[in-house]
Parts: sequence; C-alpha cells; structure tokens
Amino acid sequence: MKKNWWKILAVLLLVFTVVAGMLSEVPRLAILNETIRNLYFHVPMWFGMILILLISFAYSIKYLNKPTVKNDIIAAEAAKVGILFGVLGIITGMEWARFTWGEYWSSDPKQNASAIGLLIYFAYLVLRSSFNEQQQRARISAVYNIFAFAALIPLLFILPRMTDSLHPGNGGNPGFNTYDMDSSLRMVFYPAVLGWTLLGIWIVNVKSRLELLRQGLYETV
Amino acid sequence: MLFKEILYLIQKDLVLEWRQKYAFNGMLLYVGSVVFVCYLSFGLRSNVLVVPVWNAVLWIILLFTSVNAIAKSFMQENRGRLLYFYSIVSPQGVILAKIVYNTLLMLVLALMCFLFYALVLGNPVQDVPMFLLSLLLGAIGFSTSLTMISGIASKAANSSTLMAVLSFPVIVPMLLMLIKMSKNALDGLDRSLSLDELLTLLAINMIVVTVSYILFPYLWRS
Repeated sequence: MKKNWWKILAVLLLVFTVVAGMLSEVPRLAILNETIRNLYFHVPMWFGMILILLISFAYSIKYLNKPTVKNDIIAAEAAKVGILFGVLGIITGMEWARFTWGEYWSSDPKQNASAIGLLIYFAYLVLRSSFNEQQQRARISAVYNIFAFAALIPLLFILPRMTDSLHPGNGGNPGFNTYDMDSSLRMVFYPAVLGWTLLGIWIVNVKSRLELLRQGLYETV
Repeated sequence: MLFKEILYLIQKDLVLEWRQKYAFNGMLLYVGSVVFVCYLSFGLRSNVLVVPVWNAVLWIILLFTSVNAIAKSFMQENRGRLLYFYSIVSPQGVILAKIVYNTLLMLVLALMCFLFYALVLGNPVQDVPMFLLSLLLGAIGFSTSLTMISGIASKAANSSTLMAVLSFPVIVPMLLMLIKMSKNALDGLDRSLSLDELLTLLAINMIVVTVSYILFPYLWRS
C-alpha cells in the first residue's frame, strides 16, 4: 500500500481529469470553442512522451555503465510506451487541428517534427529486432537510443521555435500562458499532466516486470 | 597523442581509397548518373525547373549520395583489420578520423555534384560563396551524423536497409536547415538572414560529434 500510493493517485487524477475536463467551465474563445477541452488530453501526451523517453534515455545510459538485463528491458519498454504516447498525441492533435485549423495535417512544423520523432523511435524498434544475440542487441540499441535522443532535442525544442507555427506560443502566436490559460483551465491541466504521466510510468513498470518474468522463465526452461 | 593517431588513420583511409579507386570512381559515377537521370526526367529543358525544386532535388541527390558513400566506411573494414585497430588505437581516434575523412570525401563529392548539376540543369544561384558554405556545412553535417549511424548499422545483419532507416529521421533537422540556408543563397538574400540557420547547424554538428565521441567506445567494444 505504501509503495502503491502513486498508482491510486494516478487513477484519482485521471478520473478527475475526465470528469472535470468534460464538465467544468471553460473560457469561451472564438474558433476554439469547446475543443479547448482537448488541452487536457492532447498536451499531456507530449509531456508524458518526453518524460518517458527521458526515462528510456536514462536507462540506456545506465545500461552502458552497468550492463544488466533489467536496464535494457526498462529502456526498451519505456521507448515503446513513449511511442504509444506520441501516436496518441498525434491522433488527438490531428483531431483538434481538423476543427480549429481546418485540416488534419497542415504541415505545421511541430506536426512534422513529432512525426519525424516517431520515425526515429520506430527505427529504434527495427534496430532492436535485427539482432539475435541479447547482449549485442542491448548494447547497440542503447547506443542508438542515446544518439536518437540527442537528435530529438533540437528537432522538438529548437527548430519549431525558429519557424512560423500554428501552435500557440510560436511564430508570434500567443502562448497559452499569456492570456487564454486562465485559472480554471490550469486547475484541470496540471492534474491532467501529472495523471497521464503517472499512468505512462505505471504502464512501463508493469510491462518491464512482465518482460523480466518472461526472460526468467525462458532461462529456466 | 590522439591527434597523431587521427592523422595516421586519415592517412591510412586516404591511401586505401587511392589504391582501390573503384569505390571513389563508383561514387562519382553514381552522382553523375543520378544528375543525368534528373535532367532527363525533367524533360530535357532546364528552364522548367523552378528554384525551390532545383534546390530540393540537389539536396536529395546529395543525401542519397552521402548515405551510400558513408555506409561503407565501417562495412568495408574486415574483421581482422578491426581487431588489429582495436589493439593499437583508441576508439575516439577511430571515430574522429572517420568523421574527418568522410567530411573530405563528402566535400569532394558535393562539389562535383554541384558543378555537374549546375552545368546540366542551369545555375540559378545568386550568392555562390554562401551556397558553397552551405555545401560545406552539409558535407560536415552529413558525415558527422552518418558516420556514427554507419557504425551502428554495420553491426546488424541487414545493414544496408538499416542504414537508410536509421539515418533519414536523424538527418532531417539538418536537411531542413540546409535547404533553407541554400534557398537564401539561391535567392541572393542578405547574408545576415542565414546566420540563424548557420549557428543552428553548427550547434547540431557539435552535439552529434560530442555524442559520437562519447558513445563510440561502447559500440567499438562489441
């Protein structure tokens, strides 16, 4: 119970996010209208993705320092969950873009950058699957993971800020923080970010424990 | 010590290239045929090509050329020679030497490609020194990121497919910056406008070289 408090917290926060996100009062803004509620679902996906990919990056570094099966499995599972969050982020973003910008895909720099970021991590999965020997697979995919993360940072955080973007906060568009993000939005937004991120960490936790058990089983058979 | 090692390794690569000229000549022929294929597929008239298309096609040719040229930088080394290097030089020396050597190779290939391309498809570049600078940065950028990727891919089974899959997403940010910078040079815009791209490219290159320098020893060990 003491160890699992954060799982309960995650469930409570997500229930709060869904209920309050759908029912609470939101600012009435032109164009955005009710779609502003997507803020509680679309934006936390990217926060969660970056954090979980950071976990994957950290465990890859850890693997290179201390090669254990556990470090490798956590790095791989975290990368997979990061991809899941990225895909969900792109889908929710496309849905939102359809109603506010008029197109599912309007070649916005951030849309393109996140699609390329996903390609990088798909390539990571392909690389992993092309080795048979476990140790070699673990070491080389850890090297690529660190390399890819270093390439992802300029892609997601520097390049979109240099060009015009339809996203808030870029290319002269006002950010959410300046005036649209009023306190009622914040009240749900921050718990949503925390809740989704905790859920992601939980999935990584369960998946890597399962994978570890499976590896243990294969060794004894 | 490291510097001396790097110089020796570059010298070794140059001598090797000079002795087996077929690889380099093959790359030159590759560039030539791709440019000619582009020329023919644009309908034999150079004036139909608008400037953005001219620019994009040139960079795509350069991208494919560099992937092909750099892919062999680790694959051509046989097992015995790698083991020999392993016992006498440091991994940092190997990766830095390969990066410098690939930069030189890419620079020659990019210049040849640009000359032939401009000759065949017309030369709309208005600010040639700036365009050459973007080619230089492109050669450095492609060789830094692709050298490490080729090291990773050479360890896997189907390395040539993997090389393309691994390298394209990593190289896209660089390619976007390069295309923008060379577009500015093509239009003859004021040079200060390209400063942003130039600095970002240098910063990305720095990141990639540093990461390669740190990570290559781990790759080398296997």
